[in-house]
Amino acid sequence: MYRSFERYQPGQSPLHRADPRVKVVVTFALIGGIALTPTHAWPAYPALWTLVAGLAALARFSAWRMARLGAVALPFMLAALPLLITVPGPAWTLGGGIAISQAGLARFVAILLKSWLSVQVALLLTMTTSFADLVWALGSLRVPGTLVALIAFMVRYSTTLGEEAERLLRARAARSAHAEGRPAGGTLFWRARVAGGMVGNLFLRSYERSERVYAAMLARGYAGEMRRLTPPPLSWRAALAGAVPLLWLGIVELAAMLWWQ
Amino acid sequence: MCPAMIEIEGLSFSYPDGQRALSDISLRVEAGERVALVGPNGAGKSTLLLHLNGILRAADGAIRVAGVALTDRTLGQIRAMVGLVFQNPDDQLFSPRVFEDVAFGPLHMGLPEDEVRARVERALTAVGMSTYADRMSYHLSLGEKKRIALATVLSMNPRVLALDEPSSGLDPRARRSLIRLLQGLDGQTLLIASHDMRLVRELCPRMVILDGGAIVADGPTETLIEDSALLEQHGLERG
Repeated sequence: MYRSFERYQPGQSPLHRADPRVKVVVTFALIGGIALTPTHAWPAYPALWTLVAGLAALARFSAWRMARLGAVALPFMLAALPLLITVPGPAWTLGGGIAISQAGLARFVAILLKSWLSVQVALLLTMTTSFADLVWALGSLRVPGTLVALIAFMVRYSTTLGEEAERLLRARAARSAHAEGRPAGGTLFWRARVAGGMVGNLFLRSYERSERVYAAMLARGYAGEMRRLTPPPLSWRAALAGAVPLLWLGIVELAAMLWWQ
Repeated sequence: MCPAMIEIEGLSFSYPDGQRALSDISLRVEAGERVALVGPNGAGKSTLLLHLNGILRAADGAIRVAGVALTDRTLGQIRAMVGLVFQNPDDQLFSPRVFEDVAFGPLHMGLPEDEVRARVERALTAVGMSTYADRMSYHLSLGEKKRIALATVLSMNPRVLALDEPSSGLDPRARRSLIRLLQGLDGQTLLIASHDMRLVRELCPRMVILDGGAIVADGPTETLIEDSALLEQHGLERG
């Protein structure tokens, strides 16, 4: 059975039960705040991490587990590696004529920490909020309807497409036999052609499905505009709950900009 | 004479690639009638259903639903009267949550929100899925998806239900429960395109055989289904 990329882990924790709109706003604010943290404000990073760990505890996830999951950002750090040698200023000289810039190293480490923290924040959102709730929250927050519909269709049909791909792969595997005494499979070119054919096949199926889905929408009165029910008003309690992490973020960022730089 | 629920006159349709799908179809279905459209693959059954609420538009011929002629101006009105259930529920259930899918039709008809919520509840209760409103449709079994797909059009209170292969892919138990569900619908005119002759026999007193895009027989199901030569000639089995 194909597993969708949805990371939601059902639960009853306070973070699971929090209003999805508040969770989306707080997540974007936290990621924005983390990105704006001044590079050299080193005490800010552990302070931000306590916030992430606190939210993880509210969701009943261990901080260690979130820290490990956050490491998914590390391979992307390769893109920031050139900073080590390209930022001007005082540098440590290594053998072979390579000099590591001190300012470059500071920026590299800051980007590393920021990415690691941001990924954890995003994961906390997706692990405690179902995909349907996320889409609903985006729509309720007045994100343009077409964009929300695109996200909704993409996630909704990724499972269906994944299952189709799995069936194709299984059908190929079932016929990938080889006669006794003869090598299995063909040349690399032949294999590439088979794989290319499968990708083309999946594209055509998706294209045809999109036409059928559109017909199903038309049949139920769709005329170019996605309509939705008015969301219920946000309760004071939900808004206050969202204000707590934002207040913590504000204090950390203020301290970072005034004293820790 | 009071107008029939569905009147089709001289309908002909070719796909853009030139393939002829329907030739001079004329059909009259009275209000409350239950009619089966049967025929081999490619006979034009699904194409005909897609014409009933204007998804496909033929160059020749006319369609009237409850006396309203299908034109650009009446398209919205006709779509509210004809509930079309597609063969593959994955095409019909495109929203993240069951509730949103069932609410899609009433919302796009411009109904007030209280009425939309009430209709969703009624439709889900009618298909025995009232506890599924918050579920995600792609996590459901095929039988459950088919029921929800039916609810997505029942919530529009259509006067005609047009179902494309409602029992395909269902196991015997899910199929039986679907037949019971359809038997329990009252008042609606039913048009069912199907290969499942047992379902046709149980649900539809009238049967129309399509082959090669044309109507080749139209009569009481019990009579036509006994004509083995006719069924065999058009790729059908008694079932």
